[in-house]
Amino acid sequence: MQDETKSPILEMRNITKEFPGVKALDGVTFDLFAGEFHALVGENGAGKSTLMKVLSGVYPAGTYGGDIVVEGEVKQFKTVRDAENAGIAIIFQELSLVKELTVAENIFLGRAPSKFGVINWSELYTKATKLLRDLNLPINPKTPVGNLGIGSQQLVEIAKALSQNAKILVLDEPTAALTESEVETLFDILRSLKARGVGMIYISHKLGEVFTMSERISVLRDGRTVGTSDTKNLSVEKVIAQMVGREVGDIFPASRHEFGETVLEIKNLTAYESETNKMLVDNVSFSVKKGEVLGISGLMGAGRSELLMSIFGAHLGRNSGKIYVEGKPVSINSPAEAIANGIGFVTEDRKRYGLILDQTILDNMTLAGLKQIGGAFLTHRTRESVVAKKSMQDLRVKANSPLTVTGTLSGGNQQKVVLGKWLLTKPKVLFLDEPTRGIDVGAKQEIYANINALAKQGLAIVMVSSELPEVIGLSDRILVLHEGKLTGEFSKQEATPERVMAAATGHN
Amino acid sequence: MTEQIKDSKFKLPTSALRAYTMIAALALIWLYFHWATGSIFLTSRNLSNLMLQTSVTGIIAVGMLMVIVAGQIDLSVGSVLGFAGAVAAIALTRWEFGLPAALLSAVIIGSLIGLAQGAFTAYLNIPAFIVTLGGLLAWRGAVKAITKSETIPIADPVFKSIGGSYVAPNIGWILAGMAILAVLAIAFRRAQTQKTYELGDANYAGQMLKAIPAIAGIIIFIYVMNSYAGIPIPVLIFLAVALLGVFITNFTTFGRYLYAIGGNPDAARLSGINNKLNILKVFALLGALTGVASLIFTARVGSASPDAGTLKELDAIAACVIGGASLMGGRGTIFGACLGALIMASLDNGMSLLNVKDFMQDIIKGSILVAAVGLDMLGKKS
Repeated sequence: MQDETKSPILEMRNITKEFPGVKALDGVTFDLFAGEFHALVGENGAGKSTLMKVLSGVYPAGTYGGDIVVEGEVKQFKTVRDAENAGIAIIFQELSLVKELTVAENIFLGRAPSKFGVINWSELYTKATKLLRDLNLPINPKTPVGNLGIGSQQLVEIAKALSQNAKILVLDEPTAALTESEVETLFDILRSLKARGVGMIYISHKLGEVFTMSERISVLRDGRTVGTSDTKNLSVEKVIAQMVGREVGDIFPASRHEFGETVLEIKNLTAYESETNKMLVDNVSFSVKKGEVLGISGLMGAGRSELLMSIFGAHLGRNSGKIYVEGKPVSINSPAEAIANGIGFVTEDRKRYGLILDQTILDNMTLAGLKQIGGAFLTHRTRESVVAKKSMQDLRVKANSPLTVTGTLSGGNQQKVVLGKWLLTKPKVLFLDEPTRGIDVGAKQEIYANINALAKQGLAIVMVSSELPEVIGLSDRILVLHEGKLTGEFSKQEATPERVMAAATGHN
Repeated sequence: MTEQIKDSKFKLPTSALRAYTMIAALALIWLYFHWATGSIFLTSRNLSNLMLQTSVTGIIAVGMLMVIVAGQIDLSVGSVLGFAGAVAAIALTRWEFGLPAALLSAVIIGSLIGLAQGAFTAYLNIPAFIVTLGGLLAWRGAVKAITKSETIPIADPVFKSIGGSYVAPNIGWILAGMAILAVLAIAFRRAQTQKTYELGDANYAGQMLKAIPAIAGIIIFIYVMNSYAGIPIPVLIFLAVALLGVFITNFTTFGRYLYAIGGNPDAARLSGINNKLNILKVFALLGALTGVASLIFTARVGSASPDAGTLKELDAIAACVIGGASLMGGRGTIFGACLGALIMASLDNGMSLLNVKDFMQDIIKGSILVAAVGLDMLGKKS
């Protein structure tokens, strides 16, 4: 595809980035030509975002190994601003616009034309108007960004990047929140940028888009480049195989086949985003039996967490559907009602949603089950410390005492404390959302052993995980979500990484 | 595992360390004033007076501490104190409600205001700072309206006695005896539960040993108070409120939920806690305690005045913060808040004895507040 004699505008050579205990990037090599559309794909956690953070100066020079070469010159970006000055612009998944300011103010944020600190408003708006006209964007530069739809906001981000004369544009899942017509507008603009010679790195889970738009595709897996090929020589199946291609290790316990009766049944659950009213979960039904581990797979933004949050009465947007616990219809409008109906929920992001980091293991563990351990009005400290201690032993939490502050624990031990908190509510069904994210392999195995032991004791478990080997290795049955819809259901025997990934990308 | 838990008790947890530091600071302040005033400060007469001065701020600080722990703030308590006191005075003198109903009306008014402001905060999501800043202005206006900007004198001797009378010394000793028995009973029960839950043998001697400082404190306190005129009634009410606060924060689900909500509201909500309802309750509780404080304040002054309670909110918040509470929520103790109130009152009392000019008193108090929090932050970093 590329002219061999032409040299790339960007080369990333042998990039290595380590976090404590984890090698996030291991000798990644990546290049980009002017006017090229180069897609970067991989599973969640494969290292795509880390690579882009290295490129954009979020991780400054010196904290990673390898070289970044822009137009033949080795660059050492100390800050994001350095990278911007070198012509690199990144549009992240979370938009970085100030909602209260106008479109023009956002485009020139921090770089507004001014003299002695006084902003030249007419110049600002003239420049912005010209920029938007060049891009064929029908957006009024005086509109506050917050009044625009999410698609238009994305386009403003791109205009902002181009106002900085970006030669290299990185787009991280730009279409995740867009409607189909907005996606078309975006692609038109990207094509015109290509014609102007802007090189684009495009990160997306949507393989359809990737195949329509890109000239080359690079696949990352476990922090390494699996391959870079011309798009015309690839197929969706080949890319999926490259994304998942690894052995499922035997750190997972053997399957159990003795399930009891159905504990939880969900019928026609639909949930919407609270602000935009976008549909996040689309008419999903499923059930889980006593002693069964039900895995829920899907890519980021597929609606997995929202599904569990809605059942648990904690989703903030609108939702509808029927819930049956042990065959009886129940109405759940708050986490308290969910707990009363025997549902426990080890939420994702333990630091944000799971723990009170300033408080002790004891205080955290007994919080959800406080009234069951003590009484409705009075707590029972002695009984609390007895059950918390027992739980620490059962789950093998490594800490000096129940009075250790949870903020000082390792990720694995923190996760066990959250697990313990929910077990002390004596649930019939336990939801686990990304139970092993950000913890080391040893602690992962212990968590797996805990999950397995709990299922053996007759607990029904619903586990959301982005890690394919984990879902496939641990689950008795797997549901796959894609854009809010149930796109696949596999038994343990049927589930292969390829099949699950195909369903998760909507290609089955 | 049991061994390890026992071990940790010998290490000083940061909260205990903070408490000892504060007691030491208080002792230093007292010794300094005693020396500077030519041995007036630490006389039984002045200490009795000091405890009286502490009681109004202390009662409000107990409620404020719980509000702050839940991550909220209430700036309106000074104005609410004035309003509730005025309502009681008017109910008694103008509407002739009779004493019990008049007293009760102050507490009810306080709770209702707390309930309303709590509802605005919790259910309409208006920040507590704004709601209660509005309350600070509006309730002060309301006081002026119902008093017609005039002072309403209280004639009723029983009402006045709430602020000015003392518990007879022998009854003081009976109360002390009961308190000591209660402390011993708690120590005994602790030792027993240790055995019941197999945390070790019942260590009666050890628990009794731990009870000694509390018992000594009770005896010294009653002795000092009785050397003057007995325990002042406001101080007795303050102690009862403080005990109630300790009980709520340490032994009730409500209290634990407040710490959880202030510590991490998302985690609290997902753990099945009704954040909004608990925030509503804690504001109502502070309102009720403000009503109680308003009675003491009005009785001590002998009248309800249009500017009663001005700046009391700042004293109460300062007491909590000096006592180690975090305005971010999730951290603070009743003991600390009460000690903070005592420190604030000690500064007032000592500087008045030394005839420090009014403006200088304010400057010194303000500086000490900032310095106390500054030192706390330094200690946290190291």
